Amino acid sequence: MTVAAFTFYAFAVTTLLGGLMTVMSRNPVHSVLWLILAFISSAGLFVLLGAEFVAMLLMIVYVGAVAVLFLFVVMMLDIDFAELKAEMARYMPLALLIGVVILMQLGMAFGAWDYSEGVAERLAAPAGEVQNTAALGQLIYDKYIMLFQLAGLILLVAMIGAIVLTLRHRTNIKRQDILAQMYRDPAKAMELKDVKPGQGL
Amino acid sequence: MISADIQTVLPEIVIALYAMGALLAAVYTSKDEVAPLLTWLTGGLFVVMAGWIGYNGEGVNVAFDGAYVDDGFGRFAKVVILLSAAVVLVMSQEYMSRRGLLRFEYPLLVALAVVGMMVMVSAGDLMSLYMGLELQSLSLYVVASLRRDSVKSTEAGLKYFVLGALSSGLLLYGASLTYGFAGTTLFSGIVEAVEGGASIGLLFGLVFLITGFAFKVSAAPFHMWTPDVYEGSPTPVTAFFATAPKVAAMGLFARVAFDAFGAVTGEWQQIVAFLSVLSMFVGAIAAIGQTNIKRLMAYSSIAHMGFALMGLAAGSAFGVQAMLIYMAIYVTMNIGTFAFILGMEKDGVPVTTISSLKMYSKREPLRALAMLVLLFSLAGVPPMVGFFGKFYVLRAAYDAGLAWLAVAGVIASVIGAFYYLRIVYFMYFGEETEALDGKMSPVLWVSLMASAAVMVVGVVNLFGIEPLAAAAAATLVN
Repeated sequence: MTVAAFTFYAFAVTTLLGGLMTVMSRNPVHSVLWLILAFISSAGLFVLLGAEFVAMLLMIVYVGAVAVLFLFVVMMLDIDFAELKAEMARYMPLALLIGVVILMQLGMAFGAWDYSEGVAERLAAPAGEVQNTAALGQLIYDKYIMLFQLAGLILLVAMIGAIVLTLRHRTNIKRQDILAQMYRDPAKAMELKDVKPGQGL
Repeated sequence: MISADIQTVLPEIVIALYAMGALLAAVYTSKDEVAPLLTWLTGGLFVVMAGWIGYNGEGVNVAFDGAYVDDGFGRFAKVVILLSAAVVLVMSQEYMSRRGLLRFEYPLLVALAVVGMMVMVSAGDLMSLYMGLELQSLSLYVVASLRRDSVKSTEAGLKYFVLGALSSGLLLYGASLTYGFAGTTLFSGIVEAVEGGASIGLLFGLVFLITGFAFKVSAAPFHMWTPDVYEGSPTPVTAFFATAPKVAAMGLFARVAFDAFGAVTGEWQQIVAFLSVLSMFVGAIAAIGQTNIKRLMAYSSIAHMGFALMGLAAGSAFGVQAMLIYMAIYVTMNIGTFAFILGMEKDGVPVTTISSLKMYSKREPLRALAMLVLLFSLAGVPPMVGFFGKFYVLRAAYDAGLAWLAVAGVIASVIGAFYYLRIVYFMYFGEETEALDGKMSPVLWVSLMASAAVMVVGVVNLFGIEPLAAAAAATLVN
């Protein structure tokens, strides 16, 4: 077994294990940790494929940001997973049946898979010696600029949506007003009183 | 080259830039107080853009290496989308302001949704198709739950979001199978690849793609979300859902069917015919038991989508022409009907029960008459324009050898006529129980009357829409 093959199997097994345990573990926090393991090992698989940029993205974006955010959400939300699972169990037989039927149909489709005639000419040509990142940059900012900008608009809509649906301007809470603090006049804010002993105010 | 590309997508760029600029301007000024102004401004921009696209567009312009196609078909759909979105926006302004629902983000989200729709009907690539679809859908999910303190509205948004995400997943799966077969995501490449015949894998991809589209046009059996979303969303948003997005999704459906799979018409024809028949009957039968007029309009829209799909199922240029005419008429009818629904209120509170319309004709004879015309048109009763819409699609189906489909359509439209006529019966002969009051704002009144007038006057020559639709269909099917 070559080193490459060995690394492939090592990463592949950990990816599968991570994915399986994400679904199986009882504690949702553990699930997220297993998910992170799955992400890291798939990043390893991408490196083996020579797609180092995607591997880095997976590490930085998914592990670094998304999974950690997940962890926070799972810790903060008080979700009763046992109850959710009980609800799911009711529809399990039907869902399984549909799942199995679709799986068999897809098996048929993939078992007899054939490509169209002349598929090789239509496929995008390999980038050659250009590095992944550079090649992607040339495509995204040139050929696919419209799609890239549309993706940006979609994210903008997501941002507007989150604000529209959740932001509430509360009226009766105290906010820091820096100008008001700076212009505060001690002479007006304080008053000295001479309290006589035994009398109070 | 890039400047020519940008020239082609300039209308979309202008609307997107406007949305971003207006967003900034509103955030840094008086926020929701500028919302009515923004609503009118957005509506005005849509009309200007519709004029620009309608009068200025010429020929077939392909931009961004085929990812975007600006042709007659796309321009026709875009003009319908822009005009209907403009009217619905302007109609919603007064209703939403009065109920404190009008937030400045609303017109801007609609503007961004419209950008998505314009990309959808002009898509020349599976990727731009998906981008446009998501941009549209995401904006719609947000406006569906705009009344965020109401459980129903939130439920509508959530339901729409979850099912929309599911349908997007199916669509993407279909797209990936198609890509796997053809080796390219460009429609021009796919159509070349399927010329040698479709493999079973490609058929799976095609079925998944059609399933995704059927979700978006709310064709049975993928219509489950429609009644709940229509009922839960604020009424102006429902009016919007029932008009522009339907045209966009239908346009996208036709675009993929002919541009990408035009060589294997027989493969998708049967699926579309099946969807069509099922939608017509589900829409006609399930609507009978409804007591809420918004739910009723949801089922009505399902039935109408069935008729529009019949045009598509014909698989011919005439079928596409019939579909375009049908959609344009459908949108006009719905604008008028929703203007009427927006005006239904009692003591300032909106009422949507059908029984509240009993003896409406005694109070508001003119409005009741306009609604009568619109309902007759929706049902497809002969002297109204709605009949011609149905007539075109039936003829297209018959010409294409789908006589059984045409017969089924006639039966379904007879069943469907029952519930439209029931409303008419209530308005003219029912016993008055809870009388509606309240005046209509001038905008609503004008929309209602104009739409009803179009239904009557349009029988002369359909306002010349027929040759336009024929030219548009000719650019798609060749």
